[in-house]
Amino acid sequence: MTLVKVRDLVVRAGGRVISSVPVLDVEPGRCVAIVGESGSGKTTALMATLGLLDTAEVTGEIGVCGVDVATASPRRLREMRGARAALVMQSPRAALTPTMRLGTLMRRALARHGVTGREAARRAEDAVAAVLLDPALLARYPHEVSGGQAQRFAIALAIALGAEVILADEPTSALDVTVQAEVVGVLRRLRDERGLALLLVSHDLALVSSVADHVLVMRDGAVVESGPAAEVFARPRDPYTRELIAAVPELPEATP
Amino acid sequence: MTRSNPPDPSGLDEPSPSARTPGAGPGVRPGASPDSGGPGGRLCAEAVTLAYGRTTVVHEVGLTVEEGGVGLVGESGSGKTTLARALLGLLAPRSGRITYGGRDLAAMRRGERAGFRGAVQPVFQDGSDALDPRMRLGSSIAEALAAHHRLDRAARRARVAELLTDVGLDPELAARRPHEVSGGQRQRAAIARALAVEPRVLVLDEPTSALDVTVQARVLDLLEDLRAGRGLTYLLITHNLAVVDRLCRTCHVMFAGRVVESGPARELLTRPAHPYTLALRDAVPRIGGAPPRAAGRTDAVPAAEGCAFRLRCPLAVDRCRTQAPAPRPVQGRVVACHRAEEVLAGAARK
Repeated sequence: MTLVKVRDLVVRAGGRVISSVPVLDVEPGRCVAIVGESGSGKTTALMATLGLLDTAEVTGEIGVCGVDVATASPRRLREMRGARAALVMQSPRAALTPTMRLGTLMRRALARHGVTGREAARRAEDAVAAVLLDPALLARYPHEVSGGQAQRFAIALAIALGAEVILADEPTSALDVTVQAEVVGVLRRLRDERGLALLLVSHDLALVSSVADHVLVMRDGAVVESGPAAEVFARPRDPYTRELIAAVPELPEATP
Repeated sequence: MTRSNPPDPSGLDEPSPSARTPGAGPGVRPGASPDSGGPGGRLCAEAVTLAYGRTTVVHEVGLTVEEGGVGLVGESGSGKTTLARALLGLLAPRSGRITYGGRDLAAMRRGERAGFRGAVQPVFQDGSDALDPRMRLGSSIAEALAAHHRLDRAARRARVAELLTDVGLDPELAARRPHEVSGGQRQRAAIARALAVEPRVLVLDEPTSALDVTVQARVLDLLEDLRAGRGLTYLLITHNLAVVDRLCRTCHVMFAGRVVESGPARELLTRPAHPYTLALRDAVPRIGGAPPRAAGRTDAVPAAEGCAFRLRCPLAVDRCRTQAPAPRPVQGRVVACHRAEEVLAGAARK
């Protein structure tokens, strides 16, 4: 089953097209990435996919976990976003209530989805382990954990609520490189071991190359190239993709 | 104080630091010899300890900002930006000293201090930090000019146009305000403002991290051109090792307020001798390279006793728990690790 299916998506602002994606499919256990620079329309495409934009400006067919985003009721959309499709953003702390301990936050979120008692505890434990978080951290407040821990907790929250697809907007841009590697490692594992689907939006080509199966390159609101990640990075066809790849400062090869 | 000085990485090729400055007493570090770094003199940190209130964030760090560029890398909280603030004269050391051209910043008189401020200029991550949001770019640059040079209005305007051209901007942009230009243009304008006072040293704190990759590449080109054209010296603070490789000949790696490895940048980045440098390197995603590796758990807080990195280190042994490793020369660098030779031999990857 295709978890995210987009056809002929066009988003306008004041009559001007600011983002358009002809075809996008995310299957379980796969990671699709949208790369591009500021203003390329990549985040707009992500927001439209989740039905977070004013529908008057959005046309096209968008299906997420079987829900038709264009026609679904606000309630149906909220249910879809809360559980099966999770949004993970650049600064995880912004998504976490600052006055609540992480454990309480997780319990409340599960309760809102009708999961309580033993089942809630089991799910929380499983999700926290899946993101390699020390369960002791659940006693802390969001400001008492590091950025990487908060981001992994945000992912754990999604897993506990039963997310089948995570839509992530620059999930590691605010993190140190070592912490970033850890978060990416967690996402890769969830994809490989649990069949989680990922739709990743990022400006970081090197990061995308290390996790994505399929890549869409956007520029000025349009997709200029789309293909298997290995292919796009090894043999970019579009001149802009080539320019982007060439611009990435290269770290020299390690010598043994 | 001298005893506790970490070895100076600029003396790597020398048998011992004191051999470099004949006649200098044991209390004088080579980096402190006056004006050895060109017309403006060298910027040095000597056994600098920095603290905010009771929290010590930088412990006895020594480094020299020398020609060819010096990179300072490490994760959030490693103390690299705090050290940069001290080198800019914005934070007084708790102990140790910051010198410029051999003169202790703390002992400088007003006029000398003003000269230092002109000679050592910062460039931050976001150009808007250096630009007044209500001022036109031209006025921001002119303001910096006026602080250090007496120029009449026409000369000032001509100089602003020249500076904007130097950083690859259309002089017409002088009439714009910071929010009316792109991030890359803003960063160039901030660089132009820093250059207005004709500095010798630029302290670059993540100068390209907020920029798109193609813009970043052009700003890096600009920084290389400016260095060649104006004889500038750079201290680059960044988490991006590839940028260090591009702009710096020497690199210092900081962890938990201490320099854990120093040496020639290319050597350090391709063949790390400290497990933390190796972890940083292995964590960098590369196009067509091996997937990034998270070496050790980043959750572990720096250890208070012994080696601060030991709780994250794959090679930690009993000795690391009991004895903090002192910086020592190992194959062309200075490393604070008991097992540096084994790291170089590839032990940490097994």
